[in-house]
Amino acid sequence: MATLNVLILVCLGYVVLLFGVAFAADRMAAAGRGAWLRSPLIYTLSLSIYCTAWTFYGAVGNAARSGLEFVTIYLGPTLVMLSWWWGLRKLVRVGRSQRVTSIADLISSRYGKSNTLAICVTILAVLGGTPYIALQLQSITLSFSIFAEADPSGLYREGASVFWVAAGLAVFAILFGTRNLDANERHHGVVTAIALESVVKLFALLAVGIFVVWGIAGGVGPMMDRIDASEIGQWNVDGGRWTTFIFLSAAAFICLPRMFQVMVVENADEGHLRTAAWAFPLYLLLMSLFVIPIAVVGLDLMPEGSNPDLFVLTVPLSQGNDWLAMFSFIGGFSSATSMVIVTAMALSTMVSNHLVMPIWLSTQEGSGSVSGDVRNVVLVARRVSIAVIMALGFFYYRLSGGGTALASIGLVAFAGIAQILPALVGGLFWRGATRTGALVGLTVGFLLWIYTLLLPGMGGALMPEAVLQNGLFGWSWLRPQALFGIDGMDPMVHTVMWSLTLNTFAFCTASLLSFPSPLERLQGAQFVNVYDHSVAARGWTGSVAQSEDLMIMTQRILGAGPAQEFFQAEAKAQGGRASLPEPTPGFLERLERELSGSVGAATAHAMIGQIVGGSSVSVEDLLAVADESAQLLEYSSQLEVKSAELSRTARQLREANTKLTQISEQKDSFLSQVSHELRTPMTSIRAFSEIMRDTDGLSTEEQTRYAAIIHDEALRLTRLLDDLLDLSVLESGRVNLNMGGDTLCSVLDRAVSSALAGSRPTLKVRRSRSSERIPLHTDLDRLGQVFINLISNAQKYCDADEPVLTISAHDVGGQVVIDFADNGSGIPPEAQSMVFEKFARVGVDKAGGAGLGLAICREIMQRLGGEISYLPGQGGAAFRVRLPLAYQQAAQ
Amino acid sequence: MSLGEDRQPKGARPSLFLERQSYRRRRLTDAARLLPILGAVLIALPLLWPSQSASGDGVPLSSAILYIFTCWALLIVISLIFGFAARRMAANDDSEPESDRWPR
Repeated sequence: MATLNVLILVCLGYVVLLFGVAFAADRMAAAGRGAWLRSPLIYTLSLSIYCTAWTFYGAVGNAARSGLEFVTIYLGPTLVMLSWWWGLRKLVRVGRSQRVTSIADLISSRYGKSNTLAICVTILAVLGGTPYIALQLQSITLSFSIFAEADPSGLYREGASVFWVAAGLAVFAILFGTRNLDANERHHGVVTAIALESVVKLFALLAVGIFVVWGIAGGVGPMMDRIDASEIGQWNVDGGRWTTFIFLSAAAFICLPRMFQVMVVENADEGHLRTAAWAFPLYLLLMSLFVIPIAVVGLDLMPEGSNPDLFVLTVPLSQGNDWLAMFSFIGGFSSATSMVIVTAMALSTMVSNHLVMPIWLSTQEGSGSVSGDVRNVVLVARRVSIAVIMALGFFYYRLSGGGTALASIGLVAFAGIAQILPALVGGLFWRGATRTGALVGLTVGFLLWIYTLLLPGMGGALMPEAVLQNGLFGWSWLRPQALFGIDGMDPMVHTVMWSLTLNTFAFCTASLLSFPSPLERLQGAQFVNVYDHSVAARGWTGSVAQSEDLMIMTQRILGAGPAQEFFQAEAKAQGGRASLPEPTPGFLERLERELSGSVGAATAHAMIGQIVGGSSVSVEDLLAVADESAQLLEYSSQLEVKSAELSRTARQLREANTKLTQISEQKDSFLSQVSHELRTPMTSIRAFSEIMRDTDGLSTEEQTRYAAIIHDEALRLTRLLDDLLDLSVLESGRVNLNMGGDTLCSVLDRAVSSALAGSRPTLKVRRSRSSERIPLHTDLDRLGQVFINLISNAQKYCDADEPVLTISAHDVGGQVVIDFADNGSGIPPEAQSMVFEKFARVGVDKAGGAGLGLAICREIMQRLGGEISYLPGQGGAAFRVRLPLAYQQAAQ
Repeated sequence: MSLGEDRQPKGARPSLFLERQSYRRRRLTDAARLLPILGAVLIALPLLWPSQSASGDGVPLSSAILYIFTCWALLIVISLIFGFAARRMAANDDSEPESDRWPR
């Protein structure tokens, strides 16, 4: 007889074996050798966590109570798998493309990454999962008690054993499920261990079945006779229950968090569905094949009143087949552990991603780059939530007293979790489904489930008998098990019918009446048209400065290595040499998906939103887009300004070029001009000197005249040479300034008188003496030279009938400005730039100087620290002389 | 079907074979979609059976088991055939990327 101690040892050994398998599988996957780990077979076997301890023990119990009804629980999933081309394929595709971590994540992601919705689904899943976990506890405890009854040592106490089973399973789930963070990363180890457990439980049940059919009943024929002769020997299934349960199990198969985990999250290849489409129904068929025979034989052999839920164990035990009973126990233990591990993994992911992380994030509000290690927070949150979920299951078990039949607890959980179905199916196939609709539908269904099924099922403590009998507030139409006065329905059928109908109705109505946010509509289109891969831009807008913050945050979530790898790959893909990629919308979207693999879509969205600022497609974003176009406009106007500047520069360059060409021409003509200027007086001098030499009998008068001409020409020559010398001295900068102090007025007086001396007094000079009383400290002779030049120029070139020269002086901003303006026709614009050049003469006809005067003036003024410039637009020729006052101040 | 048939030179109507294959594929997916409906009908059929009555002329449980499990096995076999056919089609025909874009 197997004692309790042996049993516990076997259990521990089995757990160690599972750990070994998981560890080895992880190692193989890490080494890249485990191709078979991703095979369709493993995928199919991992799906079989659908068959929990409830299936293992409860199916037989259910069959013993109501015949073939138990098979509905398997037929529903079979139908779902058969219709994989319709639904599951899309679900898996969406899950993979959106990097979904859980069913709550999927729903939240579909409805605009709404965390409220994720929280609702999480709470629903936890509440729905609690009875289910209690069920596993109950089945393990019951199976222990069977062995304990036969154990003579009698150390077994039920309460303590439930606690230890719960604690053990919690530790087991924590060790198994929370080793890596990325829930989206495939857990090869866990999946492989679950696949092994699937094989174990299948073989255990098959072994018991074969033992019963061939060992006890003596073959298929006698077995069939025995079935027909038994108390459940006739087809006796209520049509309502039959249909409802098939539908319910189909819905739960899709919506159960643990099924979603293995079916969608852990899916490595969409093609595996093709195999699972027939292999999983086959597994279910094999699992249910021997259920009726075991139930019938159990009913025959076991004493009246024994628990039919445990026939799988008690029948072999009663026949003295201890090893078979042990094997069967391991099968049941496998069913319970695998279910608990995956459920705990899935639920803890949901709780940490949708409850803990948002709260934690909001406490970190304001600082974009969150402080502390997010990885640790997430892992601790997951571990704690596993413990809490197991504790909830434990308390549910204690509250419900553990007396209810296994199957009914399972169905309660199914009905709860099936409330997600309308939102899920609507989200996948109907673009008009909105967040409000999903929220309202879920709430309605959830409340109805609690009111009509969960509370009545938990006994008088939570639901007073009066409410059960007379309805809430005494309103009879609110009786929990006969809503709207429709009495006499099976409670399960009643709940499922009302909750799902009203849930769907509320979902559709609210969806039709509400208006989705832009993000919702975008996600809706991506989900419903997932095969079109319509990955539209989400419109994240960021700046380079944020890349570093994003990097810091990503490192804290993904770990330093993977984060740096990801960022570097992105930077490379963008073609930049920088180590950080530009936060383009595409990059931000990929980063968000990457992060959502670890912390869920809503949290990832919120975290990136915290750093980047602008959420996705919102009015603000549209405004930002408008801003962008405004910026574009601004930019283009800047471009215009720049191009105008460029064309201005080009014009200046052209001018400079023209000037250079002109100067070069001038230089060329300089020599010829100089020689010409020199030759003209020289020719006269030579000619008159020859006349004086060769001609005899010149009168004294003639001699004097000729000598005067020669003298004049020599003087002119000297003046020219003086000017040239002067200019070259000034240009080379070797001039000595003879500084002196006087007023502007007296300098002008001298200049005017010397310039107009001996000439026809036709030029009128207009002056304002009062404004000329400005003391100067400069080279007075040189300054006078400039003034004389300007005045004599006016005298020479002014072509007005009554030439007038206006001389005005001002003190402008620390400078003395003296303007010389005449009333002639001025200098033509094309010549204006040339007047200060050497040998520049305006008009050939007005011969006079050598064209050096203004060039000398310009050089002098530069030496004196001022400038002389032509002043256009004054009616006639106008020159402006500027002289700094610094000299004047120095004089004082 | 000869090997050269789908490698005909240009202009020699190469489309007929591919069209046909793609047509077959579409019908195959149609079958895959109809399968769950067939399954639902088969499974719903027991609803019409007379329930256990006092006179005892109900359907014996062994017949019910036989019916249910036979239907079940039948569905599995059809699904299996479809799975292999779909895989062969997918392996044969890489040239048609629209394979999973069926009009809805």
